[in-house]
Amino acid sequence: MDVRAQVSMVFHLDKCIGCHTCSIACKNVWTDRPGAEYMWWNNVETKPGTGFPHRWEDQDRYQGGWKLRNGKKLELRSQSKLGGLLKLFYNPNQPGLEDYYEPWTYEYENLFDAPEGDDQPTARPISQITGEEMKIERGPNWDDDLSGSPKYAANDVNYDALSEEERQQLFEIQRVAFMYLPRICNHCANPSCVASCPSGALYKRGEDGIVLINQDKCRGWRACVSACPYKKIYYNWVTGKSEKCILCYPRLETGQAPACFHSCVGRIRYLGVLLYDADRITSAMSTADPLLVEAQRDIICDPNDENVIASAKANGISDEFLDAARKSPVYNYVVKWKLALPLHIEYRTMPMLFYVPPLLPVMGKDGDQPYDHAEDSFFSSLDKSRLTVQYMARLFSAGNESVVTASLRKLMAVRYYKRMQQVGDLQEDKVKRILREAGTTAEEAEEIYALTAVPTVHKRYVLPPLQREEAIGALCDVQDCKGSCGFSPKAGAK
Amino acid sequence: MSWITDLFDPKQREWEDFYRNRWSYDKIIRSTHGVNCTGGCSWNIYVKNGIVTWEMQALDYPIIDKDIPPYEPRGCQRGISYSWYIYSPIRVKYPYVRGALIDLWREAKVKFPDDPVAAWNSIVSDPASRTRFHQARGKGGFRRFSWDEALEILAAANIHTVMKHGPDRLIGFSPIPAMSMVSYAAGARFMQLMGGVALSFYDWYCDLPPASPEIWGEQTDVAESADWFHSNFIAVVGSNVLMTRTPDAHFLVEARHRGAKVVVFSPDFAMVSKVSDEWVPIHQGQDAAFWMSVGHTILRENYVERHVPSFVDYQKQFTDGPILVELRKQADGTFAASQYLRASRIAETKDTANSDWKFLMLDAQGRLCLPQGTMGHRWQEKKGQWNLKLEDERDGSAIDPLLMLDAEKDESITVMLPEFTAEGGDAWVKTSVPARKVKTVDGDTYVTTAFELLIARYGVVRKSTQSNPYDDPERAYTPAWQEKFTGVSGDVALRFAREWALTAEKSGGKCSVIIGAGANHWYHNNLIYRSIISSLMLVGAVGKNGAGLNHYVGQEKLVPQTSWAPIAFGTDWSAPPRLQNTPSFHYVNSDQWRYDRKFEEICPVADRKHSMAHGHTIDRQIQAVRAGWLPSYPQFTESSLNVAKEIRAEGATDEQSMIAKVVERLKQRKLKFAVEDPDSPSSFPRVFYIWRGNALMSSAKGHEYFLKHYLGTHTNLIAKEQAKELVEEVTWHDKIETGKLDLIVDLNYRMDTSALYSDIVLPAATYYEKNDLNSTDMHSFIHPLQAAVPACWESKSDWDIFREVARVTSKLAERYLPNPVEDIVTAPLAHDTPAEIAQPSVKDWSKGECDAIPGKTMPVIKVVKRDYKNVFNRFISLGPNFRNGLGMHGLQFDVADHYDAYMENNPTEKWGGGEYPSLREDLLVCEAILHFAPETNGELAYRAYKAEAIKTGVDHTHAAEKTRSVRITFDDIAAQPRRILTTPFWTGVTSDNRTYSAYCQNVEGLIPWRTLSGRQHYYLDHESYIAYGEHLPTYKPRPAREILGDLEMSRPAGGTLVLNYLTPHGKWSIHSTYGDTLRMRTLSRGHDPIWINDKDALLLGIEDNDWVEIFNDHGVVCTCANVSARIPRGMCFIYHSPERTLGIPKSPERGNKRAGGHNSLTRARLKPLFMIGGYGQFTYAFNYWGPQGVNRDTFVAVKKLDKIVW
Repeated sequence: MDVRAQVSMVFHLDKCIGCHTCSIACKNVWTDRPGAEYMWWNNVETKPGTGFPHRWEDQDRYQGGWKLRNGKKLELRSQSKLGGLLKLFYNPNQPGLEDYYEPWTYEYENLFDAPEGDDQPTARPISQITGEEMKIERGPNWDDDLSGSPKYAANDVNYDALSEEERQQLFEIQRVAFMYLPRICNHCANPSCVASCPSGALYKRGEDGIVLINQDKCRGWRACVSACPYKKIYYNWVTGKSEKCILCYPRLETGQAPACFHSCVGRIRYLGVLLYDADRITSAMSTADPLLVEAQRDIICDPNDENVIASAKANGISDEFLDAARKSPVYNYVVKWKLALPLHIEYRTMPMLFYVPPLLPVMGKDGDQPYDHAEDSFFSSLDKSRLTVQYMARLFSAGNESVVTASLRKLMAVRYYKRMQQVGDLQEDKVKRILREAGTTAEEAEEIYALTAVPTVHKRYVLPPLQREEAIGALCDVQDCKGSCGFSPKAGAK
Repeated sequence: MSWITDLFDPKQREWEDFYRNRWSYDKIIRSTHGVNCTGGCSWNIYVKNGIVTWEMQALDYPIIDKDIPPYEPRGCQRGISYSWYIYSPIRVKYPYVRGALIDLWREAKVKFPDDPVAAWNSIVSDPASRTRFHQARGKGGFRRFSWDEALEILAAANIHTVMKHGPDRLIGFSPIPAMSMVSYAAGARFMQLMGGVALSFYDWYCDLPPASPEIWGEQTDVAESADWFHSNFIAVVGSNVLMTRTPDAHFLVEARHRGAKVVVFSPDFAMVSKVSDEWVPIHQGQDAAFWMSVGHTILRENYVERHVPSFVDYQKQFTDGPILVELRKQADGTFAASQYLRASRIAETKDTANSDWKFLMLDAQGRLCLPQGTMGHRWQEKKGQWNLKLEDERDGSAIDPLLMLDAEKDESITVMLPEFTAEGGDAWVKTSVPARKVKTVDGDTYVTTAFELLIARYGVVRKSTQSNPYDDPERAYTPAWQEKFTGVSGDVALRFAREWALTAEKSGGKCSVIIGAGANHWYHNNLIYRSIISSLMLVGAVGKNGAGLNHYVGQEKLVPQTSWAPIAFGTDWSAPPRLQNTPSFHYVNSDQWRYDRKFEEICPVADRKHSMAHGHTIDRQIQAVRAGWLPSYPQFTESSLNVAKEIRAEGATDEQSMIAKVVERLKQRKLKFAVEDPDSPSSFPRVFYIWRGNALMSSAKGHEYFLKHYLGTHTNLIAKEQAKELVEEVTWHDKIETGKLDLIVDLNYRMDTSALYSDIVLPAATYYEKNDLNSTDMHSFIHPLQAAVPACWESKSDWDIFREVARVTSKLAERYLPNPVEDIVTAPLAHDTPAEIAQPSVKDWSKGECDAIPGKTMPVIKVVKRDYKNVFNRFISLGPNFRNGLGMHGLQFDVADHYDAYMENNPTEKWGGGEYPSLREDLLVCEAILHFAPETNGELAYRAYKAEAIKTGVDHTHAAEKTRSVRITFDDIAAQPRRILTTPFWTGVTSDNRTYSAYCQNVEGLIPWRTLSGRQHYYLDHESYIAYGEHLPTYKPRPAREILGDLEMSRPAGGTLVLNYLTPHGKWSIHSTYGDTLRMRTLSRGHDPIWINDKDALLLGIEDNDWVEIFNDHGVVCTCANVSARIPRGMCFIYHSPERTLGIPKSPERGNKRAGGHNSLTRARLKPLFMIGGYGQFTYAFNYWGPQGVNRDTFVAVKKLDKIVW
């Protein structure tokens, strides 16, 4: 057993309101500078949709993540027989500008400076790269809320298996629906980006599992850009180095949640410590697709288990860290309640960000008749949900529908239970049956409700204390550092 | 794992300081965004090296109760991108002026070196120079100039306008004050101290729901968003909560996790549908049909076939259900519902005070009872009877009123009710109604309860022997009937109604509706709302936590209104202020009436003979002004100062004789209201101040009409004038002068469309560069705007700008207007005054139907002294009238001791022999507002309740007892948002860990609603309502495309498609703010697309992101298409509200002129019913009552645009 600690995440998609405030919080703080214009370390996608960059889930094209050679051995999908080194110079798997977008601005100044003419002046869009006038053809959120649905939603990679007719049907007005998928770096436990870097610039921080690119060591090979199946690494065209979400470690280190968490207006985000057994990653991520979710859950350790605690301590994990792990909302969602699931676990990177799938409204009747809906339940019905369980399973369980159904069923059971308690218009024995069938109890339903509906910021984000004095002390005298803080990075160097 | 080794070694990780150095800052300041948004979100603004770097939400809202979700975080994608503006290339950093105008000015100054007023006069009086700078408007040619020169021009224009045309030609527009109330007050105060006009906004935006004054006598009162969490059934109607109420949306989702059912009604799959249990894709604008069938089902199943006692009890005490209505016999022997049975009609009660305004009920013993709490009790001399105790005013005996008569035993008579869905016009429905005969002073008459009429109106059969079908599509208001209008199956309506009623029955009424623009922006919005509110009232779901109609569109709540209003409207110095309803103003003055036909074409009525129920809207507008129902400024066709001077010259010695002479002149038609001849240059508005708003684009319904008639510049309007033959009252001129405005001044921090088209643009401070106050009804806290950095470049706060304008104007007045002058001010009959019982019937003095009596049959007339050389001194001083007491809603409390004490402890101004608390700086204004508002001063809340108790005869002081010592200061709210106190000026309760929900105080404290009956109204017995057939909730169809006539001149040819044009609130802007930031444009599509259905697009050969042209007679828009299956066929969206400044090509359809913005396709259409006044809740108040600028009944043609010309 090799217990590691990781700051992990849950996004509750039933609560996501698709506002993108998270994206801007991140952009303001981290990527609002030349070379980073097109970077969205945090973005929010409408599903169905093709996302950002365009069709990023299409690994046949982008070759991200891991694959199982001969159904057994994990290897980087992007590593061809020629080996990594040759591809450094030619990498056809990387998204191009047309898959991202050409960042633009406007000739705003024209509104002030235009000389008097015979018509109103206007500020035309111009490229931030070339300065030329341009027509805007793509952006980082181009298919938001089913924008351009015939071109984008209908070409969602997760619908690739559908026939044309089935696809048509999905986009009849009485059937149409969408959900939101906010995405940041998953800070994977089996990160293909780290494995792919020829310079050794990428690493996982020992104390919290955050995946970083050392900006001093990065040589801009961009192997990581290809290797990350989530396309969450971006090449800065000004500095010539790649950059990615840093989970706001400067904020975490000062006891603040990452900016995208802090600003989450839907209150959908949870942050907490997970302990996992690093010895078992390879075997877990080498199992067959339908078993992957369970395999990942299985190597997440119970923070109350004596053996786990002993192993964690042997690895230098502090009491305070372990205490945070025991209070972790993420552990509850992922392991205890089994509500939160990884995104595209079939990429086998073992993402440490988990999603609670959304409940969606029920389907209307087909055809030209007046709109009518299903009548078999008080709330929406899973069978008649507008985005099918099948689709959710493509996203969150490598196709295993039972995993998704179990999560959705439990979410729904909590609502039935609370309704019975609040209103009393539902029969008690029926609600008890619903709880039973969802594999939960009244007690657990109360716990889930408390963390879902009424949590304060302190309940949502249980941050471990990230002590800095020892790390700083390794580089300089901490007392000197205190006195010279801000003068120059080396002012207090030994 | 062999190959992934976690890295601990700090030496290998020194580079990590790279990002640590970015996350560092010098200062955090709490502020918020004074944009036209009701979010009211508290933000931390980060400052580094003296510049604002970013903003993050403040998370420190006090917890209301541990069992409900906290408010943190508040703030959305738009708010968090605000800091972009401050240093952006669209920032207005310096004063700008149109080159053509400054050249003329500088030439004129040479000609009149010592006389700036003469210089200004020479420019605006000369047709050539006037045309020169009018035609340059909006066409570039801006130049930087100095503050001093800018202020000199403004002062000259102000003084010139006052002297030549009268002060009410100075017009000021700034939207919703609540979000930055001091900045609003700056311009509003200056306007009123000058005698100018403040324009309304809430009605103009069509955000005012007239159903709210109709039913509750209240502008709008709604729950804070945390209260949604208490609701067990939430219907969302035409409100896209996730998009428009972003920081509040989590409460909706979390309520759902608490077991609430959420049903969303929206024609498109709007964002909010994503969190619903059921999404009902109802046809746009047809919600009333659905909800009438809900009411039908509720009535039948909970009142007729079965009695739910809690529902019945609620009706008896809190609605007008038990009030008796007279049934008038008609020529054919059938009956028509008439007015309430008044106390004056019955011998035993006719001698009570105000007996025309008191109403009768029947009890189980058949006795006529005279309940308390009516308008009559409110304004009678004897106090203490204005309450909702079910007691007879004569002896205090308890009343148990009959809500319904006995269908089997009482006599059934045939009542005719108007029906508006029949093809080709009106129809009448024969209904059998149980009735009783009562003896009146004029003989016997039939009466029944308002509730019985309601049941009849909903088509529910009372007699058990008759069939009562749900599934008859021909029977109005059944679930089956509504299908053809809504496209929604009757089963859905039936099931909805049953779950709705059962939830309310089991939970004590915890059903609520979240409603917004999608329902309110239609011509017949009041009927949509009434059908929904009735469905709430019927199940007792108003006035309780988790219940009620929660209307969220433009409804910002300015919490400390009692202390703010006198400052904002200058009534601390003089009254009445000139407060104009904007829909009427723009309809009249931007000449949109000239292009309009008779309103009854789009508004079917029940009785065309009634004077208010036929003709042209402009004539009804004139009728409304004459009768004192609506304000009208500019006031007369001549200067109000000249009128005063002339009357004095004629020998009038005091105010009374002056007023009498004004009345005489009006009666003899020697003096006319400007509205009677709006196209005479003597009636024009002249100087237009815009601040905090976008008056010429996002707030300009009929934008192209503005360009033509106000600005006199280019326009893409091609509509035909058609009023000439259809008008009777208004003076028609065949040829008129366009370009009415002498000067347009815009205070702005960004170059938006209004700035681009203004003559002078003054650089205003951003929200992070000034001090102000912010409140909202979405939550119950008050918090500040604060300067994180000093006002950048040459910008100034709105307060400082108007103070400077006042200073320079006053200085100039020393020479031109050195002595105080008299101003004749007219004002409409006002809500919450005895004028509410002024006009029992509609009479026009100008037609000899009644005497002309100011304040009774015509406007209030007052003489106000203007002191122009002291406008600046008054501006910076909290005036003496403030000391005389504060209040609103007809409720006053004393503050004299607090005023005196405040002066001891705060800066003062001394001038003209007096000393006053200082308002010199924005911070001082904030402190004064907080100090004197009952919501932030517990002692004053206590006093207000004491005063209220005198009126109601009920002790309410317990509501304020515990918080009597609370005093909230600016420093307090700078530290943390503070929760407002419970006061009688609002109807909800914030004490005892409760969430604010409207009308809880009415239900719990038995305080009457401010309506005719004191109760919630199903029945509206004003004769105009009866004539319009809207005395009971009903359904009127959406006006058809042919009738609306948006495309008469445009003639869409092949390759075009005509679509219903909607402008819902969007995702990437708050109105036009933020929509021009690079952040929002990057996350959307870089332009403001038109959303159309994929199959409609296919018909036009349009692919996603193709350029398209959208046009009608009013104007044209060119943009790209967003093709989506989310939008139903036959309609299109352009989200409110794009600027026409960014990336707009020229329009081939309109001669290759620059295409416009979304309001290029709209025009104002007023419903004259809302113009009535002097009658109960139908009595004017600013932003409270009056017609609205509806905009969804609009059609456009769409076609592909192949070649783009810039």
